[in-house]
Amino acid sequence: MTLTHEPIEGEHFVVVSETTGDEWEIVVGLEVHCELATATKLFCGCPNMFGDEPNTNVCPVCLGLPGSLPVLNHNVVELAMRLGRALHCEVEPSVFARKNYFYPDMPKDYQVSQFDQPINVDGWLDLPDGTRVGIERAHIEEDTGKNTHAGGSGRIHGADYSLVDYNRAGVPLVEIVGRPHIRHPEQAKTYIDELRAILLTTGASDAKMEEGSLRVDANVSVRRVGETELGTRCEIKNLNSLRSLGRAIEYEARRQVDLLETGERIKQETRHWDEGAGRTRPGRSKEEAEDYRYFQEPDLVPLAPSAEWIAAIDAGMPPLPAARRDALARASGLVITDTSVVIAVQRDLDALALASIAAGGDGKRVLTHVEHNLSGEGASNLDPAQFAQLVTLELGGQLTATQAKTVLAEMVTSGRAPDVIAAELGFEAMDSSELEGIVDGLIAESPEEWADFCTGDDKKRGKLQGFFTGKIMKATKGQADGKAVAALLESRRAESL
Amino acid sequence: MSARLTRDNVAKVADLARLNLTDAELERYTEQLGAVLDHAEDVASLDLDGVPPTAHPLPLVNVLREDVVVEGVDRDEVLSQAPSVEDRRFRVPAILGEEP
Repeated sequence: MTLTHEPIEGEHFVVVSETTGDEWEIVVGLEVHCELATATKLFCGCPNMFGDEPNTNVCPVCLGLPGSLPVLNHNVVELAMRLGRALHCEVEPSVFARKNYFYPDMPKDYQVSQFDQPINVDGWLDLPDGTRVGIERAHIEEDTGKNTHAGGSGRIHGADYSLVDYNRAGVPLVEIVGRPHIRHPEQAKTYIDELRAILLTTGASDAKMEEGSLRVDANVSVRRVGETELGTRCEIKNLNSLRSLGRAIEYEARRQVDLLETGERIKQETRHWDEGAGRTRPGRSKEEAEDYRYFQEPDLVPLAPSAEWIAAIDAGMPPLPAARRDALARASGLVITDTSVVIAVQRDLDALALASIAAGGDGKRVLTHVEHNLSGEGASNLDPAQFAQLVTLELGGQLTATQAKTVLAEMVTSGRAPDVIAAELGFEAMDSSELEGIVDGLIAESPEEWADFCTGDDKKRGKLQGFFTGKIMKATKGQADGKAVAALLESRRAESL
Repeated sequence: MSARLTRDNVAKVADLARLNLTDAELERYTEQLGAVLDHAEDVASLDLDGVPPTAHPLPLVNVLREDVVVEGVDRDEVLSQAPSVEDRRFRVPAILGEEP
């Protein structure tokens, strides 16, 4: 069965079952774990460092040795609150809890987390497409050690034994629990992109999926369009890239629709994404929360950030992607969801664009160049006033779009003014009589093609338009303005009919 | 034996902790843990209206340390005390598909 995605009124998406023609809605909630960018671990002074020699960043606290006591890292609270406030959460008094489970990735046999009283609650994140995704909570917890399964088939089930590196045990994490407001695989990817941008902007995490400092689990369910109750969900793990995330959601939705349409029920379970096979497989059945036997961590006192501390976090908050898009949309006259607006902020070029617009550059044209002709690096050399001048020359007809692109590239490299570069390259507005002479000459050279161009059907004419435009551009070394050429060809055609 | 705690409860908790208990041990722990719960019940029977839940006996919040690296312990010393070691890592028994 194939599923097709059709946006409904621009905000919801529906998948259509090919077997029955029924319409289904995908419902996704994402849980994101991100490692905080601290110097040390959550409860001890061991370095928080990826990729070090195994078991070199360990001490009695993170090895769970008897008599050791945890002490909370100030910077963890600072970064967790920055992230929470960036996600519009309330910062609440919170306590730590032990999540008990027996597995050698935590030498204590429990993970310190926050359970019924998390630090950040009830926030939201706005996607570039305008969707607001609720954030249920963003709580602090510690990361686990890293197991390598050895012997047997190398897979968990076939392993004879495991080797454990505790460098990562006790590294601070924030788990961001999103509400099930996502309706499409692409939207899930966008959510992670946006969250990454916030993590980077606030300095909370380096958010590298490939190094595991940002990890995503997806809760996926489906329901018939129009239903308001949530369906039974499955939690998909082992999503190591955005591509995996999108593919896994797509696969899982299809699997669930197939089951439901054949009268079966969805079993709530954890499933693992197999990137190679392109499918999800059942993992262990999800333990009931009570099996973790959460209880308050007696070795840690409650956390209650003062109103002053929270106010200082808010005061020091850098402009966030959504606010930056808003500012750029207002200045350029484009909508906040315009691709060029979204990309300018993604590439950190919105400050340049704003300054160029303020210097008199046309907003739409400035952002078009940012989207297509500038990368994040190098463009920082660009002087906003000169960028504005370039756009003005282009819109005034003194430079063609192609020439403007060439001049812009040179401006990025040399930092010189656009009029100087244009003169040096011999980019001058082509005199219209000069262009007419060249065009008439080329028409005379190819009478058959010209006749076909004048009388042929749309398809033929389109093809020959390309033929003549190519010849003209070659003859003028790209200096002819594309629009002027098209207009001239059209008027000559009208004359000859 | 406490009405609050059955032998099955104890067997389940033992299973979660990977403890293999004999029948005699199950019996003994059910009785001992039941006594602990009975004590908690004594506390719960008090009139606690207006007493906020206590997260910690100490009247303290926000006990924090600066984010500064402190020397840990030597790897060789740590690994020398482990029952089994391979390739600079702790070697542990096979895991039967159970993970957090």
